[in-house]
Amino acid sequence: MNPVVWVPADAAAVSVGADDVAAALEAAGATLRRNGSRGMLWLEPLVELETDDGRVGYANVEPGDVDALLGGALDDTARCVGVVDDHPWLAGQHRVSFARVGVIEPTDLAAYRADGGLAGLERALTLDPAEVVREVTDSGLRGRGGAGFPAGIKWETVRTAQADTKFVCCNADEGDSGTFADRMLIEGDPFTLVEGMTIAAIATGATEGFVYLRSEYPHAIRTLRRAIDVAYAHGVLGASVLGSGRRFDLDVRVGAGAYICGEETSMLESLEGRRGEVRAKPPIPALEGLFGRPTVVNNVLTLSAVPMVLADGGAAYAALGTGRSRGTQVFQLAGNVARGGVVEADFGISLRELVEGYGGGTASGRPVKAVQVGGPLGAYLPPSRFDLPMDYEAFAEAGAMVGHGGVVVFDDSMDAGAMARFAMEFCAKESCGKCTPCRIGSTRGVEVIDRIRAGTQRESNLVLLEDLCVTMTKGSLCAMGGLTPMPVRSALEHWPEDFGVEPAVADAATDAMSESATSTTGGARP
Amino acid sequence: MRALAEGMAPMRGPLLPALQAVVEQHGFVHDDDVPVVADVLNLSRADVLGVLTFYHDLRRTPPTAHRVTLCRAEACQARGAEATVAAAVDRWAGSTDVEVGEVFCLGNCALGPSGMLDGALHGRLTPDRLDALTEGWPA
Repeated sequence: MNPVVWVPADAAAVSVGADDVAAALEAAGATLRRNGSRGMLWLEPLVELETDDGRVGYANVEPGDVDALLGGALDDTARCVGVVDDHPWLAGQHRVSFARVGVIEPTDLAAYRADGGLAGLERALTLDPAEVVREVTDSGLRGRGGAGFPAGIKWETVRTAQADTKFVCCNADEGDSGTFADRMLIEGDPFTLVEGMTIAAIATGATEGFVYLRSEYPHAIRTLRRAIDVAYAHGVLGASVLGSGRRFDLDVRVGAGAYICGEETSMLESLEGRRGEVRAKPPIPALEGLFGRPTVVNNVLTLSAVPMVLADGGAAYAALGTGRSRGTQVFQLAGNVARGGVVEADFGISLRELVEGYGGGTASGRPVKAVQVGGPLGAYLPPSRFDLPMDYEAFAEAGAMVGHGGVVVFDDSMDAGAMARFAMEFCAKESCGKCTPCRIGSTRGVEVIDRIRAGTQRESNLVLLEDLCVTMTKGSLCAMGGLTPMPVRSALEHWPEDFGVEPAVADAATDAMSESATSTTGGARP
Repeated sequence: MRALAEGMAPMRGPLLPALQAVVEQHGFVHDDDVPVVADVLNLSRADVLGVLTFYHDLRRTPPTAHRVTLCRAEACQARGAEATVAAAVDRWAGSTDVEVGEVFCLGNCALGPSGMLDGALHGRLTPDRLDALTEGWPA
């Protein structure tokens, strides 16, 4: 019998040669299966060979290794990581949303069903819509896109709204640097998202759905489109969802390279075919969303948690996590990190466990200088803050945010002043231009930081930067302009020397800043 | 062009998919396409131009033979992306065959620096690996 090998088709694995390895294995006579990635990205391409003991993994496989791998010559080397399910990096995690990612073939509906898939949707179809929403409310599930808004409350607003048409929109415009969980879930287990969106539609009375997926993710676009075709062919989507007589149509819309379209109202504008300019709220999208109709807008990970909530009940989900942050969060370790990838854990895990435990420090071997949590609009934190538990409230209290769960690690060669400047530069490039504090403030921010770093009237420019940060925080329409000061302020607070500033002077400036800028605009990512 | 836009017209919010289809088929959106798309979708030319100028993906000039698009976002910067960007910009300065562009995040943040070479995603993209992968490309 031919050996059966699993080679990830995940974009990250492909980016380091997985397709070439797959072709070589097939040419060598192996039976090839393509899975998503297990999320141990430093091991990619991670090839798994089926054995009587389970699927045994081989790390960093190149096409030239294929004969040695199939012949057993790699078994006693460090390249063999043993049975992948038992790998300590994975075994310590609590995989709920990512339970199937990397395990099954992504668009194999039978495998999905055999692994517990569709149980949530089947149960939802036996309940009243109000009961479905109550399960989600009871679960404590909060939006995973960044803002952390309770999903059940949003759904209830849409459910009770009166309209001829309602929509469910999935925000898969995962533009934050250091985040890739949405992409990996869509590439590794797309039916979970399809099922979650269908449950959202059943619960709220929506009949049409869109996934807004960024163009930078071509592999995810292909996989999701294929999964939706399969779902239609098997009656999971369409005129009668699982024979219930209830309609739900789902389509993929591809973004066009605008970061701001990850902000929910900007995404709705883009879905309507317009410039992705942010809308003022109210009205909230739950009442007047896509084409002015009541619309559920949730992130990929929020919707993907829903099938489990319905299958096992809201109480089971609420039993996970800490405080008001219920369930699990999918953290992503990125940047200069030795063991980068996906860590799904209960809320409350410390930053240190993530960065030093799972991450193993920097890839360069140099000391960690900083991590940026929550994407380009998140705070830079030094190792002295690594005992912070990862939950929404603890992070907000510390003047930081969990956001979408991305953790980007920097070694001691990082220039915090340059990163602060970059935050303003990025905002200037990607601002939608609708409101002045964001559009103009970011450009002025680059100039002011340049003057501080050059030593030009440093003290008065620090005051000016403080003033600008307050204006952007309080005066911007959405989180893009509203949160750009967060990385800037935190960089100046912790590494004033990178701005050429004496610590005492910086302290006075950042104290004044944090006093006047504690209230952020809230809102969704970005 | 007209047929392409007509194919999208029945969709909800057809303008962005229509312009994306034009870029996919013809490589870019020519200025002469604007009134055609506007006419088919019953929009003003200003509506079409507004959308066309908002999104980075919607090219208005013919594409070059090769494209290098490198990620300059934080996670890739943490792994030395700026050195790869500088090497690429330097190597193809003034080239009419190779366009070097920037992108902010390709979702490959644990295996950076990342980039797209003629649309294919690559990770661990040091200047040396970039040179190896683009061997034989015109200057």
